[in-house]
Amino acid sequence: MSDIPPLPEIIFYILRRGLYHSLLLTALGLSIGFILGLSLALMRVHGAKELAWFSSGYEKLFRGIPLIVLIYVFAFGLPDIFWYIDPLELRLGSVVLALSLRSAAYQSQIFRGAILSVTPGQTEAARSLGMKESQAFRHIVMPQALRLAVPSWSNEYAVVIKDSSFASTIGIIEMTQAAYFVSVNFQEIWALSYLILAILYLLFTYPITRIFGERQSKKLKKMGMGGG
Amino acid sequence: MLRVVDIWKSYEDLHVLKGVSFEIGEGEVKVIFGPSGSGKSTLLRCINMLNPPDKGEVYLRGQNITASEVNINAMRARIGMVFQHFNLFAHLKAIDNVSIGLRRVKGFPKEEAQAKALEVLQSVKMEKWADHYPAELSGGQQQRVGIARALAMDPDVILFDEPTSALDPELIGEVLQVMLDIAKAGTTMIVVTHEMGFAKAVASEMIFLGDGVIIESGTPEHFFVSPKSERVKNFLKQLDVLYGSHEKLLK
Repeated sequence: MSDIPPLPEIIFYILRRGLYHSLLLTALGLSIGFILGLSLALMRVHGAKELAWFSSGYEKLFRGIPLIVLIYVFAFGLPDIFWYIDPLELRLGSVVLALSLRSAAYQSQIFRGAILSVTPGQTEAARSLGMKESQAFRHIVMPQALRLAVPSWSNEYAVVIKDSSFASTIGIIEMTQAAYFVSVNFQEIWALSYLILAILYLLFTYPITRIFGERQSKKLKKMGMGGG
Repeated sequence: MLRVVDIWKSYEDLHVLKGVSFEIGEGEVKVIFGPSGSGKSTLLRCINMLNPPDKGEVYLRGQNITASEVNINAMRARIGMVFQHFNLFAHLKAIDNVSIGLRRVKGFPKEEAQAKALEVLQSVKMEKWADHYPAELSGGQQQRVGIARALAMDPDVILFDEPTSALDPELIGEVLQVMLDIAKAGTTMIVVTHEMGFAKAVASEMIFLGDGVIIESGTPEHFFVSPKSERVKNFLKQLDVLYGSHEKLLK
């Protein structure tokens, strides 16, 4: 057993080994989830009946499956189909797929709620100026809906960055896996390594949800958006 | 200039409009009043097809805009509307509220649209507030921007849907003043309002709507001197009690 390293070294180690994958998985999961989620919300609100059904079914399905199950299904299933792809990349891809498919279900709900909470008077005023339905949606409803979605969306960011830790279960080295390495190498301080890990996650979530969640909520209310 | 012919509209079992017809000429101001639920707002919404009528036609400069083959968006660009609750675009500054129609509907380049918007804001004395968001403005100021937004499109006619009824009493005067100014400048206006001082000052004709039909119409003098039906007499009496007279606010 080696000497116990000083605290800054532990923190630096976790960040150096794990931060890149944690942030990469979060960024990809959120942004793919954003594109899918927004599309699902549009289908649900403005799409034909079949599209709305599909969207609603998708939401129910992916909100009902534990993330770890999705990760296992992709991580164990994909290599059979894509045997020619590098295994590490495929594992990363599995987590990204799981995170983004599930996040899409939640983001769809966020955007649907935001679109519906733009008051009908806004659309009416836009139409009364002669805007087409599509113009009214694009120039008046969407800009407001996206702003209204920010507080819930920052919450979704916090969920995804924390859930990126599930990647450790299939051997991807992100922050949680790095902390695990510390804990097995220096067993006397196993608790400390997880405490540091917890604080790191907190530092990556709290300021963001604080700024984009609470403050933005207040600002939106002050701007009179969302009809109450 | 605008002709409304036999408009019918119902919501399920509720017959809101039962055959309303009238005509308004260039530069005229028509005031529509009557008890709540009489179909006043619905009538305005039928005219610009926000709620298309079940039956009847609306002709704008001879063109039937209720016909299905008409490009209703192009028609709406020629019919301004001012809303009871202002309905300013909450995410846009006052000046952008006024310029967005010019840019997106009339295809003005940005500079030109902003210049014109500022000009129109000046005409409603709101140019100093151009860079403020609606929520930073008082109700009266918001409504003046709402009027500017409609005016900027150079519409053939502007519909006013109870433009002052959501305002605190001390803010009504500034909005009515703007409406008087643009009426005197020759804007064709159809105004749903209970502001009888305004009606007296500029209406070329007043229409009393009750239960979805025109009960009585005539000049302001007719209504204030010798209204025919009991309903109108009673209604005007109630208005006096409720609202008093705002004439003192009108210069």
